Amino acid sequence: MSGMTMQPAAQSASTTRLAAERGTLEKVRTLMRRHPLGTFGAVVLAIMTFGGVFAPWLAPYDPTVGDATALYHPPSAKYLLGTDAFGRDTLSRLLYGARTSLIIGFGSSMLGVVLGTAVGILGGYFGGWFDAVSQRIMDALLAFPLLLLALAISAVLGPSTINVIIALGIPIIPRTARIARAGTLSLRHTTFIEAARATGCTDSRIIFRHILPNILGSLLVIATAYLGLVIVQEAALDYLGAGIQEPQSSWGLMMSGSATTLALVAPWVVIFPGLAILLTVLASNLLGDAVRDEFDPKMSRNL
Amino acid sequence: MLRYGLFRLLSGLVTLLLVAAIVFVIVRIIPGDAAIILSGGDSVAGSAEDLELVRERLGLNLPIPVQFFIWLGDVAAYDLGTSLRTGNPVLQDIAQRFPFTLQIVLMAMVIAVVLGVPAGVMAARYVGSWGDRLLQTICVLALAAPSFWVGILIILALVTVFNWSAPLFWEPFWSDPAASIAQTIWPALAVGLRQVSLIARMTRSIMLDVLNEDYIRTARSKGLSEANVIFRHGLRNGLLPLVTLIGFEFAALFGALIVTETVFNVPGLGQYVVTSIANRDYPALQAIVLILASIVVVGNILVDFTYGWLDPRVRLAGRSK
Repeated sequence: MSGMTMQPAAQSASTTRLAAERGTLEKVRTLMRRHPLGTFGAVVLAIMTFGGVFAPWLAPYDPTVGDATALYHPPSAKYLLGTDAFGRDTLSRLLYGARTSLIIGFGSSMLGVVLGTAVGILGGYFGGWFDAVSQRIMDALLAFPLLLLALAISAVLGPSTINVIIALGIPIIPRTARIARAGTLSLRHTTFIEAARATGCTDSRIIFRHILPNILGSLLVIATAYLGLVIVQEAALDYLGAGIQEPQSSWGLMMSGSATTLALVAPWVVIFPGLAILLTVLASNLLGDAVRDEFDPKMSRNL
Repeated sequence: MLRYGLFRLLSGLVTLLLVAAIVFVIVRIIPGDAAIILSGGDSVAGSAEDLELVRERLGLNLPIPVQFFIWLGDVAAYDLGTSLRTGNPVLQDIAQRFPFTLQIVLMAMVIAVVLGVPAGVMAARYVGSWGDRLLQTICVLALAAPSFWVGILIILALVTVFNWSAPLFWEPFWSDPAASIAQTIWPALAVGLRQVSLIARMTRSIMLDVLNEDYIRTARSKGLSEANVIFRHGLRNGLLPLVTLIGFEFAALFGALIVTETVFNVPGLGQYVVTSIANRDYPALQAIVLILASIVVVGNILVDFTYGWLDPRVRLAGRSK
């Protein structure tokens, strides 16, 4: 008896779950259909991440050990993308470089967006002297060309992965703070925030439960937009010798050296890492555009 | 306009002061003894008494805020310190290198406007055509390509096709303008490609908006020539956001040139930044970061003034009150 009464309930539970699953899948499919370029970006980024995470298993050679008999070896069956001045395999270094680029790319954009959001929301919500002072400091930080500020910070802190993340994250803080502050200001006097305050919500509850979720969309838009930018700047930092150091592998580092010499002797050494950066940045820009269209269609195209 | 201008100038001054403070703080964060670093690194560091002397000479025994104001006073008196590497006053080094950087930045901007604006206008005029699509694709690719890699590719192409290599000696503009422009056109192109795409994209979207306005239809029905309609009536009204973009991109160009100058070996400010960092020449780094950031602040003020000049609404905003 009991089994018979149970059955319909269990069945309906499983059908709702199925429906929910189909719902998510359907949603993803609609999103993919609406943003084919964004989907392409997401797929490329996923492949790059896969390559970076599984570099030790995917790379055919050790990225730090060179083959002394094959310096500047052109692309061949043995070395698919050729070797560099020390006989190190370009493909293997590219895979390990993807790891560096993505760790720093995600790391600094997270750091910058989180801190920038904090400064922006606190300033926008509480106003007063904190807002005035932090806004002026943010303005001053915005006056530094992004790469210059990152270079100076990295030069002072000394080169290491974590310092490069800090150096590239700090310039993102003022850029995020501006957006977070504007979003907070536009929400501060809306009826639902007034209502929350009237029912006795604490400031921290209002910030975390009411303001943050409402500006999350535009924050996500900035985070994806800055991912590509950070990856290029990181490569530039490494190229200039102020970022990741040998024997670690990074795309920017792979291109450093005399451009003229490399162009004459071994163009593949500079072409492939550049293509990798181009593809990754292109992917994150396309994904960023799709995210923006989805969350914030009115936002300007150029951040 | 006067009120607006004064306000803008004052807030610019506050920003400049804060920029100086940030530069000062950054250099003071350096791990290790500032006396050792500012006097030339561990190699020349002598005995404890020597260091004490250096400390006194550089004012490092004073409280930090006092140090800041002394430094600010020096800066105001055009004394930005002495480079540890070249031994010259930093300002002299910078004055020598600045023309190259300025020339490349200006050329890059001219290239960006000359190529970008017409391309954007044409793309909007023939929206949806294959030319429009091609331009869109090129822009997306150009915005994803790191400018220093574009520079490397340009060198690569020039070396293999024309057997041209980056010059060892860069002709100053005033001694031979033609030769100088011929030399700097390649770094300008490499660094400006991004701005070409940005300007083309923005011009296109502005023109798409503007060309749907009633007054454009009126202009057309009056029988004005197409060129007249597009440039005199259309583009002119989209000029404001374009001027803002160009102003901000000037700042971005100074930043991007840091790497591109290194690729081409141009003896400009960017290269000076890089060699200063490589040699731990902190007085030079401090000065150059301050100068580049100040250029950006002044540039932003100029953009705002241009805005006021181009748009009567901004100019007259203060008067109506």
